[in-house]
Amino acid sequence: MRHLPVLIVLLPLVAAQLCLLISKIHYKAGRYTVLAAVTGSLVMSVMLLRQVIAEGSVHYYFGNYKVPIGIEFYVDTVNALILVLICLIGALTFMYTTPFARTTDKTLVGAANTMISLLITGMLGMTATGDVFNLYVFLEITSLSAYCLISLGGSRGIVAAFRYLLVGTVAATLYLIGVGILYGITGTLNMSDMAAILSKWGNEGAMLIAMCFLIAAFGTKMALFPFHGWQPSAYTHAEAGSRPLISGVMGKIPAYGLFRYMYCIYGTDYKYFRVFLIVLGILSVCSMLYGSIRAMAQTDIRKMLAYSSVAQMGYIILGFAIGTPLALCGAFLHMFGHAFMKGGLFFATGAIRHKFGTTKLEDFGRIYKAMPFTCGLLVVASLSMIGIPPTVGFFSKWYLAVGAAGTGEFIYIAVLVLSSLLNAIYFFKLIEKVFIQQKSAKTEALPAAEGPEVPLDMMIPIVVCFLAILLLGIFNAKIVDILMLAIKGVAL
Amino acid sequence: MMTTINAFLAYKGIYFLTFLLLALGLSGIIVCKNYMKKLICMNVMQVAVIFFFLCLGQKDGGTIPVAVEGLSAAADYINPLPHGLMLTAIVVSLGTTGVGLALLLRIKEKYGSIEEDKIIKREKKF
Repeated sequence: MRHLPVLIVLLPLVAAQLCLLISKIHYKAGRYTVLAAVTGSLVMSVMLLRQVIAEGSVHYYFGNYKVPIGIEFYVDTVNALILVLICLIGALTFMYTTPFARTTDKTLVGAANTMISLLITGMLGMTATGDVFNLYVFLEITSLSAYCLISLGGSRGIVAAFRYLLVGTVAATLYLIGVGILYGITGTLNMSDMAAILSKWGNEGAMLIAMCFLIAAFGTKMALFPFHGWQPSAYTHAEAGSRPLISGVMGKIPAYGLFRYMYCIYGTDYKYFRVFLIVLGILSVCSMLYGSIRAMAQTDIRKMLAYSSVAQMGYIILGFAIGTPLALCGAFLHMFGHAFMKGGLFFATGAIRHKFGTTKLEDFGRIYKAMPFTCGLLVVASLSMIGIPPTVGFFSKWYLAVGAAGTGEFIYIAVLVLSSLLNAIYFFKLIEKVFIQQKSAKTEALPAAEGPEVPLDMMIPIVVCFLAILLLGIFNAKIVDILMLAIKGVAL
Repeated sequence: MMTTINAFLAYKGIYFLTFLLLALGLSGIIVCKNYMKKLICMNVMQVAVIFFFLCLGQKDGGTIPVAVEGLSAAADYINPLPHGLMLTAIVVSLGTTGVGLALLLRIKEKYGSIEEDKIIKREKKF
């Protein structure tokens, strides 16, 4: 039990190393290994969450070297919840990938599974770590496996991956400079130690410069408005099976990293804290409007969803920019909700592509007859994106709006409503295509996908996402209570 | 006047050089049309950060952090931690470069060129 935090990260890592080897036996064997490991991580992360709620935050010291000399994993309720989220979406993604393996080439399938497993490892590590340099290493593990997964998505995927590699490396380098400046001031790499030293002997000017680098770095990794250039083509052309994981979860983890830096290391007492809030507020508002407007113009559903991700990251950062506990809760609730919404939409898109071989919006005429469950998920996730109760999207936006009203920043509420209306335009366009538009000539089921709606492996993720969006909305008070435990302690 | 500038450059000049290197790398990534050159510029940028960290660990009159007889004060040794961190960063940059080169090979295979203009032209056909 004492080793839970590290086992959660270690299990997918070990499975990733074994996966390629076991795939030599049978092309599906590697997948089951990794699926078992991620499911194990999921069980352990739920146990860890229960433990954290009951007994408070957990420190895990590697090799029993006490901080600041050793490296620690630090888990409180916020990142325990994120660990559960990553494992859950990761396990669903593994269930979902099989029908996409068009080839039975053992090396290729094994490599794809290895990369997804490494991606999960990296994200889990970034979430659990309490050490700023450790975070860099896990960030690079995440990015490198993401480059590989994106490049597996065909000819355009390779170029998208190369562009992401250049931009992502610039971001990682900027992060390293930020860490270097902070290390120069404090001489420590441990987050809580750094926070204690900065609050006593912080050099405000240097901290300001470091934060600029960190915002640029995390902003690039999460695809916030001025830094989002790599994101739409990367999400669109990523390997089909891993797309829900990449688009649903990968962007959220840097946002969480930014939260750690702003509220845990710098703290709200920092002299220029208000400046950061205003800068992040401006970036998030631009993101929300720009992402929604660009999404309206897309004809490919994958591109539309990718641009909508830019807008949705804006909501999460808006919560950090408002900075009251309620708004932070809204931001984290949106993080969880959006992982299921966007993950779910990509699950549904993949299922449609599996059945009909198309991702163009104009070919979606009346597919609800052939795929009732998938279209149900499309509708629920779309309504949640717009923010209609009782889905989770409504409640997270509600908390954000209440938080903004609490600090008197009514401009944020206006933008929130405007962006939701823009969301309504393009998601109702999707719903109209699915239910009302005439059946197009191209929408014939592929010969390979005869029979039931979609295979059972694909059905489970679709149903789970459907339920998660509704249940997270209905029982949002419980999640908010759990989040409040940590946020009250961390910020304000 | 000159002595102040000299002292300032002797003390901080190296940081200007590393940031110049960083800016060179960054501008190279933006300006170059050839993907191979972009990758090289990315490496230059990473090296700049490695220099930056090594400067942080440096101090006057310090020796390498290996125990020498008769030297026991912390002031006698340079800080080994930035060097340790940069070993990791070098490994990461090696990995990134490796993946980048592998991607370039595949791009050359699929598109027949690694010039940006030609790739954009070909990309529209897929």
